[in-house]
Amino acid sequence: MRRFVLIAIPYVWLLALFLVPFAIVLKIALSDAAIARPPYFPQFDWAEGIAAFIAELDFENFVWLTEDDLYWKAYLSSLKIAVISTFFTLLAGYPIAYGMARAPEEWRPTLMMLVILPFWTSFLIRVYAWMGILSNEGFLNQFLMWIGVISEPLTILNTNSAVYIGIVYTYLPFMILPVYSALERLDGSLIEAAEDLGCSRLTAFWLVTIPLSKTGIIAGSFLVFIPVLGEFVIPSLLGGSDTLMIGKVLWEEFFSNRDWPVASAVAVVLLLLLVIPIVLFQRNQQKQQEAEQ
Amino acid sequence: MTASEFEPWNDPEAKPLIHFQNVTKRYGEFTAIDNLTIDIYEREFYALLGPSGCGKTTLMRMLAGFETPTEGKIFLAGQDIAPVPPNKRAVNMMFQSYALFPHLSVWENIAFGLKREKMPKHDIDDRVEAMLKLTRLEKFARRKPHQISGGQRQRVALARSLAKHPKLLLLDEPLGALDKKLRQDTQFELMDIQEKTGTTFVIVTHDQEEAMTVASRVAVMDHGKIIQVATPDRIYENPNSVYVADFIGDVNLIEGTATPNGSDAYAMSWHEGHPPLTVKSPNAFSDGQKCHLAIRPEKVAISSEQPAEADNAVQGRILDIAYLGNISTYHVELPTGAVIKAQTANTRRIARRAFTWEDTVWLSWTATAGVLLAD
Repeated sequence: MRRFVLIAIPYVWLLALFLVPFAIVLKIALSDAAIARPPYFPQFDWAEGIAAFIAELDFENFVWLTEDDLYWKAYLSSLKIAVISTFFTLLAGYPIAYGMARAPEEWRPTLMMLVILPFWTSFLIRVYAWMGILSNEGFLNQFLMWIGVISEPLTILNTNSAVYIGIVYTYLPFMILPVYSALERLDGSLIEAAEDLGCSRLTAFWLVTIPLSKTGIIAGSFLVFIPVLGEFVIPSLLGGSDTLMIGKVLWEEFFSNRDWPVASAVAVVLLLLLVIPIVLFQRNQQKQQEAEQ
Repeated sequence: MTASEFEPWNDPEAKPLIHFQNVTKRYGEFTAIDNLTIDIYEREFYALLGPSGCGKTTLMRMLAGFETPTEGKIFLAGQDIAPVPPNKRAVNMMFQSYALFPHLSVWENIAFGLKREKMPKHDIDDRVEAMLKLTRLEKFARRKPHQISGGQRQRVALARSLAKHPKLLLLDEPLGALDKKLRQDTQFELMDIQEKTGTTFVIVTHDQEEAMTVASRVAVMDHGKIIQVATPDRIYENPNSVYVADFIGDVNLIEGTATPNGSDAYAMSWHEGHPPLTVKSPNAFSDGQKCHLAIRPEKVAISSEQPAEADNAVQGRILDIAYLGNISTYHVELPTGAVIKAQTANTRRIARRAFTWEDTVWLSWTATAGVLLAD
């Protein structure tokens, strides 16, 4: 009985906070837009019964998503931005994690703290701060002009480059932490053994360190890739009009067009797309746990 | 290979494979290796023995190339190896933790070093097969390290380090992680493999039994210095210092002053009111010099009656008996308060034992049984 209660708690939680809202969103996605409050039709009416209510629902909005190329272009563009920024986050995060894992033991908690520190301030404020850095009159341009590298300010803000910078900056800790935890567990004598057997430093890194931190790399990549795919704040603050991301489309559909049913359909498709990497991520975690046993 | 056939260290013509020349290694204020000079010969099984922190691991890591000497030079086959990085040395190491690559199979682990040499594929196959055969691992070639037992892992580590035909194999506490029974079997296996391959082995251990069993010569270390280098029997029978006598095996140490008494013989007075002990010693002592008599428990006889013709005999009371099955160690308290250990084989059943706790007994030993050591 006690065991049942214990297991029931997370499932009730999941039901109340994920499955029920999802069912509501799905229902809106199957409805039609209407000038009303709330702005969709049909509303559920006890008098007419469930059968009549279900008969009113259709897949029109999902069909619409395939007809207007804006949506699949937005999905593809999000996918591209997510893949590229995950790659750059890995490129920036791996050396940091490696340095942390090789640092003297007494320094590691401090370094770890520095990685987590940005979470203590608002994410929005940090993204706004990047606007100040990247704008034409911003710190970066002023600095580059002062040291004489450029004579004209670079246009970075409101381009895809600014979006990549913002994403890499924001999601860096999610890459560093899993990679660090994999590298920290790495037995230093394995590297020495590789060198002893004829590897140079570089080949030892390539043949031993990288394969043994693979699970950390995969976990970190998914932790960055999954939220970036639906990212909305960074592209809308740092990106320009040509930055196409599905999170932004969703927001505009919902608040500018007030087309809740189409917005909901976009959200449902996004969720279904995310299920694939999430399942892969879970698999990776499971494999790692099995390997440790 | 008997001792009379293989004693390159006694041959002034023999060139050592490894020569440490006044090597010192300091970490900040701490001196790990202190002005050390040793020679290790080809085909030797050389044991570095000492308590933890004595510098034996540092010595080995300098040979492997993971540490560089602060002062002095190390020669391998006549060549100074200081500028040679670990991956270019004809030296391989078997790590204490084995350091097997967990993401590679047993086969790939053994082939790892060979692939780095850009050896042709079929040569690699042959060499790995030979190594698997040597270490009796053929059945486990496809397994990952976590799928085999500790003893098998130990053999994989050995096979991997031998695969590249090193001139010198370093073994860092190779048997430390194995249980006692397996350790004893593996010791003989190691000796076998060393003889078969003809590789020079340097083993680091803190287990003196292990060092005595496997090694052709044992170097006893303490505080970064070599105290004595000798064959296992000489280390045991003729320790050159109280430290070595005490470190290797069980020993009784009796303190006293020496008085020369004929050729190589000394009368050692050890306690007032007791007759001096008769000791033969090749080492010279001056009159009245302080000294220690080191005598092994198995060389002390125990009897209930005073022995008629013994060089030395003292009376005492049995304080304790350690019964080990095949042998018993008697702790006998002398009237002076000192406790002497005497060991005898239990040739009769325990119920027929002649003496027990609190009995007064005689301990006796010959003049040559012990070793007289300077303070």
